Amino acid sequence: MAGSSSPSPPLATPGALLGPAVVFTRLYGTESMNRAVSGRRRVTRPSQFRGVIGFGVFLFLWEILPVAGFLPARYFPPFHEVVWALFLDFASPVFWHSVAYTAQAWFAGLVIAFVAAAAVGLVLGSVPVLWRYTESTIEFLRPIPSVALIPLAVLMFGIDIKSALLLIVYAAFWQILIQILYGVKDVDPVALDTARVYGLGRWSRIRHVSWPTALPYAITGFRLGASVALVLAVTAELVIGNPGIGHQVALAQSAMALPEMYSLVIAAGIMGVLVNVLARAIERKVLAWHPSVRADRQEAP
Amino acid sequence: MADESVMEKEKAPKAALDRSDPMLAITRLRKVYQDGERSIEAIRDVTFSLEKGELVCIVGPSGAGKTTLLRCIAGLLAPTSGEVVLAGKPVAGPSPGLAVVFQEYGRSLFPWMRVRQNVELPLKASGRNAAERRRLVDESLQAVGLAGAGDAYPWQLSGGMQQRVAIARAIAYQPQVLLMDEPFASVDAQTRADLEDLVRTIWARMGMTIVFVTHDIDESVYLGGRVVVLSASPTSVMRDVTIDLGETRDQLETRASPRFGQLRSEIYALIRDAKHHRS
Amino acid sequence: MKTFWPRLLATTLVPVALFVLWYVASSDSGNFFFPPLAKILAAFDKVWINAGGFGDIAISLWRLAIGFLASLIFSLVVGVVLGLSKSARDYTEPVFEFFRAIPPTVMIPVLLVVSGIGDASKIAVISFGCLWPMLLNTIEGVRSIDPVLKDTCRVYRIHGLRRLFSLTLPAAAPQIVTGMRTGLSIAIILMVISEMFASRNGMGFMIIQFQRTFSIPEMWSGILLLGLIGVLLSLLMRVVELWVLGWYERSRVR
Repeated sequence: MAGSSSPSPPLATPGALLGPAVVFTRLYGTESMNRAVSGRRRVTRPSQFRGVIGFGVFLFLWEILPVAGFLPARYFPPFHEVVWALFLDFASPVFWHSVAYTAQAWFAGLVIAFVAAAAVGLVLGSVPVLWRYTESTIEFLRPIPSVALIPLAVLMFGIDIKSALLLIVYAAFWQILIQILYGVKDVDPVALDTARVYGLGRWSRIRHVSWPTALPYAITGFRLGASVALVLAVTAELVIGNPGIGHQVALAQSAMALPEMYSLVIAAGIMGVLVNVLARAIERKVLAWHPSVRADRQEAP
Repeated sequence: MADESVMEKEKAPKAALDRSDPMLAITRLRKVYQDGERSIEAIRDVTFSLEKGELVCIVGPSGAGKTTLLRCIAGLLAPTSGEVVLAGKPVAGPSPGLAVVFQEYGRSLFPWMRVRQNVELPLKASGRNAAERRRLVDESLQAVGLAGAGDAYPWQLSGGMQQRVAIARAIAYQPQVLLMDEPFASVDAQTRADLEDLVRTIWARMGMTIVFVTHDIDESVYLGGRVVVLSASPTSVMRDVTIDLGETRDQLETRASPRFGQLRSEIYALIRDAKHHRS
Repeated sequence: MKTFWPRLLATTLVPVALFVLWYVASSDSGNFFFPPLAKILAAFDKVWINAGGFGDIAISLWRLAIGFLASLIFSLVVGVVLGLSKSARDYTEPVFEFFRAIPPTVMIPVLLVVSGIGDASKIAVISFGCLWPMLLNTIEGVRSIDPVLKDTCRVYRIHGLRRLFSLTLPAAAPQIVTGMRTGLSIAIILMVISEMFASRNGMGFMIIQFQRTFSIPEMWSGILLLGLIGVLLSLLMRVVELWVLGWYERSRVR
């Protein structure tokens, strides 16, 4: 895959990417990305059509500008070369191993972060005393960029997957925790009092009152955490050298294999889209029966 | 340009009204909506007019297109056919002679501005100088009984007070015609009574021409000099009822009077028939 | 003032305790990865509290500021225009959403190729990365302005710039600020990573150098510094938020 010196790719390949573009536009469509779970906005046919046109124009420019010399083809290979490189990737086992590695790191990190954040969030949210004393610590630790831990991760774990996990878990944990804390704070005090009056212990109250209220927030946190986790996974590979997509991009760049590099960027983008679509699908599934009571604003799209 | 001197005008007896041109004339108004492939005729044929200084209420069964009608009059919506003429000029869009008080008072005031700034904003847009704006804002806030609330934010006020701010904003604008779209529908009964009296007071003191849309029959009879009763969709004017309850009205006495009861029943019967015709 | 001392205690007890704990627990540490806090603090002083250190800090923050502000201005201008025009949104949003889905750090090698190792490429990377959340949030904020407010402006004939500053921007502000917060955290990540990956100066560069030369206390001092910078920038963002959205926060408390 690296250093491919393939013959000039057939020009029909740009058309092939328009198909996925249509699918993409349908999934995202106009104004459906930033909607809350309610899904009340549906993509209308004229909007979809326009979306595809927009995509098409973008691809067209990408093809024409380098070819016509408005953009230096040295740095911006025309679109059809990149698409060709992408197809070669799809046929390459090295590519798929990298994708698998990235996906693995992403998934493991996300799950660990979610479980930890849910546990911490529920406990902190349900024991007001604890929250009062730990709030400042959390507000202090939260903005610490997880990438600051990269040198430590490299030192401790080298290119083992644990170094990526350190970063992914650290970053996703805070995202999810914040959302869960919003959720627990949203719990109806009347419901809690009712539960207490009926003799439910603290753990039962958490299970039957706090958690269901916090669930929509937890799912939002999951979605936000999922995209952060992917960013950190790829970043770790880029900087540390774990054998995932990020590392392949770095390799392509140092070999100056530009169509290759851009194709991997697109592949990373596709992964990002998939993560997002998956997270939103899970959101819709889990919350279809759940009345969505949160304010739109707290969700950072 | 509307009256410049003082907001309080002499109460003009009906006989002395200018009878040459109606202030607001709606002629054969028709509005058809396109919903995908279907067309929905919301308003079929509405014709009525207002003389200067009249307070006319519009009632109808729910779904009668009252809001659509009001939006057409305000110039927010273009009718499919027919005409709206304000003071002799056809309405082709929102005009400086028209102000609207919406039902959703909470959402029509700008929450990032204080009450005073909210009332002042349309005046700034219409290019009045600072001194005049100040005067108009002060006077209109006083007229609605909110003289001291200028520095508060809308969300710090109760619902009734917020609606008063919206009314103050409308009258500070000094429009020729004031349109009110079910303004008291979302307000509790006590507050509604106060606000109804406020509208009568402002109308009497300033000689405004007011179109008041409501679904509340009692309110329409209490407030209006005339009540235009609309049919169910596709809407037309069923009847134009003159309310002869006198100039001064009182929540207790007027509503208890036999004539009030008669007028109310008459309109109620009309609307009930309209609803049954529909179904 | 009765709640001042209890509140102060609640706020500072745990952080201070953790800090002291760290200090004491690590004081005789022979662990390679986790040197004594005392040493780290000494290294912090040596490395960063001087002209050279300040220089690296300054250059990193400078790139961050330019990149972030450029994207912010672009987002505001283009976001408002697109927010107001449904057809323009229809054409452009899918492409924007795709760009936003690309993990921003992956663009660093691209920009390295295109514009080399200097300031311009780092600023470009930071800009490109934090643009998408800010742009898309701005579009969303403008698009979802309450129709009653829009009608009010139409009725009272409030148009043009006055409408922009009296209605559009304040109404969209909460959503715009949400985008800014996301944008800022992406910008910080890109600032650090671009310097770790391809740079000759800056905080990220220094830290990764320490790691490569196994200067552990210095490396930790860098980590602490980045943490501190992260916190300070977050505070700054909060201040801006309160200034822009004071009315919003207070109206929500009700």
